[in-house]
Amino acid sequence: MSAVSPKAAALALRLAELTLPAGLAAARAAAQARLAAAGLPAKRDEYWRYTDPASLTASDAPLADLFDAAEEVPLFANINRLKLVFVDGHFDAAVSDDLTLSGVEISRLADVPAGHWSENAYGTLEAAGQTPILRPLAALNSAYATDGLLIHVTARASKPISVIYLRKSEASDAILHHFIKLDPGAELTLLENGPAASRLNMVLEVDAGDGARFHHIRAQGLDHDRRTVSHIFARLGAKSLFKSFTLTANGILTRNEAVIEFTGDHAQAHIAGAAMGDGAFHHDDTIFITHGAEACESRQVFKKVLKHGAVGVFQGKILVKQGAQKTDGYQISQALLLDDDSQFLAKPELEIYADDVKCSHGSTSGAIDETALFYLRSRGVPKRAAQSLLILAFLADTIAEIEDEAIAEDIRARLESWLQGHED
Amino acid sequence: MLEINNLHVKLEDEDKQILKGVTLKIGAGEVHAIMGPNGSGKSTLSYVLSGRDGYAVTEGSASLEGEDLLAMEPEVRAAHGLFLAFQYPVEIPGVGNMTFLRTALNAQRKTRGEPEVSAGDFLKLVREKAKALHIDADMLKRPVNVGFSGGEKKRNEILQMAMLEPKMCILDETDSGLDVDAMKLVSEGVNALRSEGRSFLVITHYQRLLDHIKPDVVHIMAAGRIIKTGGPELALEVEHNGYAEILAAHKLTEVQ
Repeated sequence: MSAVSPKAAALALRLAELTLPAGLAAARAAAQARLAAAGLPAKRDEYWRYTDPASLTASDAPLADLFDAAEEVPLFANINRLKLVFVDGHFDAAVSDDLTLSGVEISRLADVPAGHWSENAYGTLEAAGQTPILRPLAALNSAYATDGLLIHVTARASKPISVIYLRKSEASDAILHHFIKLDPGAELTLLENGPAASRLNMVLEVDAGDGARFHHIRAQGLDHDRRTVSHIFARLGAKSLFKSFTLTANGILTRNEAVIEFTGDHAQAHIAGAAMGDGAFHHDDTIFITHGAEACESRQVFKKVLKHGAVGVFQGKILVKQGAQKTDGYQISQALLLDDDSQFLAKPELEIYADDVKCSHGSTSGAIDETALFYLRSRGVPKRAAQSLLILAFLADTIAEIEDEAIAEDIRARLESWLQGHED
Repeated sequence: MLEINNLHVKLEDEDKQILKGVTLKIGAGEVHAIMGPNGSGKSTLSYVLSGRDGYAVTEGSASLEGEDLLAMEPEVRAAHGLFLAFQYPVEIPGVGNMTFLRTALNAQRKTRGEPEVSAGDFLKLVREKAKALHIDADMLKRPVNVGFSGGEKKRNEILQMAMLEPKMCILDETDSGLDVDAMKLVSEGVNALRSEGRSFLVITHYQRLLDHIKPDVVHIMAAGRIIKTGGPELALEVEHNGYAEILAAHKLTEVQ
């Protein structure tokens, strides 16, 4: 009798297409072991009930037609930043700035020297994030990631790091992994934009020391055919601040997971997402926030605008551990369905083991407010423009989570341009 | 200015006739009032004229300066100079009042082929108009009507009217929900806009508002028709005797 389970067989097929990169051997071996124990996710897994992972776990990335990026409004163009460019998952030094920035040390995962600080860090937050729910695609990433940035922030970074992901191949299959270590009191803004690859598996680990501040603004690109699975793992020390905003417009499949743990008191984590899908678009935000310390504040704000059969998923959990008193947890997920073909699936969860906490959650889905639409039109605003205005208003709460006004304005402009192109 | 002829309107989804032959002619610079009991069709008339969905015109016509109003989209009617001050102004979370005003003003100008108003000129204009209506900077910054009191909402309607400078203003029960002071403020705002080229149709239950906004002509509407037309004294007659007498003369009762 064959003893090979379907999961193990699927994993073997996938691994046959991968080679273990050099460097961080111990960390990669540990990740391989986690992956082998977990197997690959499948649609029948409870955690993948609303999103079919088949195309994310398949041996080969499905082909994706190229998208003309010229159609996109350039992002962050007027922001003074350190530009680092990846093309189809590979760092392109020729078009990137030097890896030097005051207050920051940057290395590349692809040529990490022996004895580098990341040997004791890389993959550790991902490993911690495997409990209580397995995240095999993140373990696969830690084991097999070919490139990425290892960023040690020692002070306040003099300007944002802007990572630009270009896609020039119809068949690129990228595994990227960044690790960001913020010393106590350090501060960094990380900007990410672009589709990256036909299929992208991305992990971002953020280890924030006491009093550190991390701002993350990500735009996943208008690219229609790309597929993405991304994981953010964050560990937040006392009085630290973590703010992450993601804009997703189109993309055939996106699963964005965020796993955030408070380990020190009085820390703050805000995570927000605005997603707009037209047609073949499946977008899944899966969030897990663990309050393991006192008096921390977490806020999840996710909004989706869906039309022509687009599907939105939200799975958000707040876990408040015993002793995490004075926790303030908030979660809202909302969808604006612009027609009857679109769908929003939401699974909000609270699990609380402390008695002095404030936690709230809400989830709604609905159509555009016809009364408001008429009100705007009666004042002379044409129907389409009125609709766009109401959609932007619906998404405004997510953008409000971006502290930097210039960056928020860029994101707003991107949204407006998308709306102009999708008015029918 | 506004000419309504034998207008018949039913609900789109129901076989219910609301307006049964309304005829009304408002000249340039005139102020007309329509009074009438609940359910007489006053608000329906204002919605049909401004182009709200849900109504079907089965007979008759309505024109603004000779142009067929009923054939236009609501935004085009607005650009042609029609303005409805809502009985229940709509709250729009996420859209700032300033953005709303500027978007509306420039959209109308664009439709009319006029250049947009610059940010600086707009700001100057809105501050000046807001001041007269006791609308502070905070109200201008807040999302449209969100968290506004009843009086603030109505003042905001008049501010929009002042900014958009329409030719034909319809005020749908603008006095509802207003205390005496707020009514005075709103009326002053309206009176300041009275001019030779601008007409008003004031819809109200009560004569009280007409003490402040003095009409040239008063119409009584009941059961989907205008049953009586007269001067300002007609409003006083209603105030003293109620609608019953007038309705009885037309063999109508309060509840139709």
